[in-house]
Amino acid sequence: MTRETTINLLLALLLLGAPILAASLGEPFYVTLATRIAVLALAAVGLNLALGLGGLLSFGHAAFFGLGGYVAGIMATHAFNAEPLFANIEATTSMPLIWITAIAVAGLVAMPIGAISLRTSGVYFIMITLAFAQMIYYFAISWPAYGGEDGLSMSMRNAFPGVNTAKPLPYFLICYAALMAALLLFRVVEGSRFGSALQAARQNGTRVAAVGIAPFNIRLVAFALSAMITGFAGALYADLNRFVGPSMLSWHMSGELIVLIILGGKGRLFGPVAGAMIFVFFEYVLGGITERWQFLLGLILLGIVLFARGGLLGLLSGKPRHV
Amino acid sequence: MSEPVLEIRDLRKSFGALKATDGVSLDLRPGQIHALIGPNGAGKSTLIHQIAGSLKADSGTIRFLGQDIGGLDMAARARLGLARSFQISSLAQEFSALRNVMLAVQARQGNSFRFFRQVTSDNELTEPAMAMLERVDLAARAHVPAAELSHGERRQLEIAIALALSPKAFLFDEPMAGMGPEGSKRLTSFLDGLRHEAPMLLVEHDMDAVFALADRISVLVYGRIIASGTVDEIRSDPDVRRAYLGEAA
Repeated sequence: MTRETTINLLLALLLLGAPILAASLGEPFYVTLATRIAVLALAAVGLNLALGLGGLLSFGHAAFFGLGGYVAGIMATHAFNAEPLFANIEATTSMPLIWITAIAVAGLVAMPIGAISLRTSGVYFIMITLAFAQMIYYFAISWPAYGGEDGLSMSMRNAFPGVNTAKPLPYFLICYAALMAALLLFRVVEGSRFGSALQAARQNGTRVAAVGIAPFNIRLVAFALSAMITGFAGALYADLNRFVGPSMLSWHMSGELIVLIILGGKGRLFGPVAGAMIFVFFEYVLGGITERWQFLLGLILLGIVLFARGGLLGLLSGKPRHV
Repeated sequence: MSEPVLEIRDLRKSFGALKATDGVSLDLRPGQIHALIGPNGAGKSTLIHQIAGSLKADSGTIRFLGQDIGGLDMAARARLGLARSFQISSLAQEFSALRNVMLAVQARQGNSFRFFRQVTSDNELTEPAMAMLERVDLAARAHVPAAELSHGERRQLEIAIALALSPKAFLFDEPMAGMGPEGSKRLTSFLDGLRHEAPMLLVEHDMDAVFALADRISVLVYGRIIASGTVDEIRSDPDVRRAYLGEAA
């Protein structure tokens, strides 16, 4: 077992053990905090596929996160009011159905956004993805049917068969399982033919084209897959807070996801998990001391970018090797 | 005479006022090594880029296996069977030598949209890739990241990648560049054997290698082919001696 695998395993156990302990001590707040870590990590696992493996610095992943959130919120609202979604399509409060819808919506929206954005690269790619996300953000703000600027409150969490989702620990376990499933998917895709082509395209797009693989097609599929995972996380996030608002779609959110990945370790399996842990920890501990906690986070980010490009995981486990 | 594999007619490319390719026509026939020589800045690499598809020609036609490939991008041309090496090694630097070749094997097999089977345990990829590394004497360095290979080893790796594509034609842009005399000699005899697998358009500065290998030589000066013929014809051509060989020899 490599050192990185050991660290990954420890992080996975820590994230699982801490909330179970907190729940048994009657501290539901910490369970919610752990759930927040799991869901943000999940969103960042999605982005890590595009950014870490593919080198695609999307500054618009909040769009997919928010879309997933709005799918959950809109479904819950319609179901609560017993109104059909469209003509005769009934809304549902079943989480699995909501997740599938959120994943599908994120993927469908990501295809045209990716198809246009991926014709550019570098700064232009960053700006175009940002622009698309901002378009969706302003659309949400100006659409009063679903809360507009105020967002949409859900009177209760959506349902998962056989689980009381209103309780913090069961809901945490759902989110944790989702995160683990996404991490497994990430690892499998990374080692597959598709993952090889994607990583090679990041390292040298010309080389990939010269052997006859069109980098554009590979990147587009990666972008969509990445958006689908982030969309899934968005649906879980809305249910966690029982609220979805335009802030989930804003560029701050996109930036946060990038920060999580850089903190934890870009392209590394558990980078998003480590990043989300640091981020939420800072937000909670330092946020309790000063409102300016993001200044300190900024300092740490600066240190990592300057001295530890591999993020926290890179610092602890050294260089990755592709054998 | 057999049909040319690669047929270039009146190709033109300008960068502003500079005519980098000025009405070039040439044929590459089966079993041939066709060397392209000329002084620095003559437009040899520009020509290779246009054939491979990384630069678009302003006008003229490029036919490959009877098909006009002028409108295809680099990946599509590679899929048709044009394998190129780069003047400056162009590899996936973080990947090992083996994985660089595996990528080519995977491309040749035609399906990169497979998401589950792990490449490192996929014999359909590792075995052919290892065989290619053995052919270029790089098997011992299979698991070394491309970034850590020596200059000469990277040149060998580029050739292994091209071989792995089982191409219908090779485009080699200065494969000997920066190699020592010993390495050049070995590579020369290796390339000599390749003409039976696929014909080769070879840009090379090493005149010993060119004269040893080429069935046909075209001399490019300021974007124009000033002479084209067999090794003996080129050696004795007065224009060529003046424009090029005079300085070198």
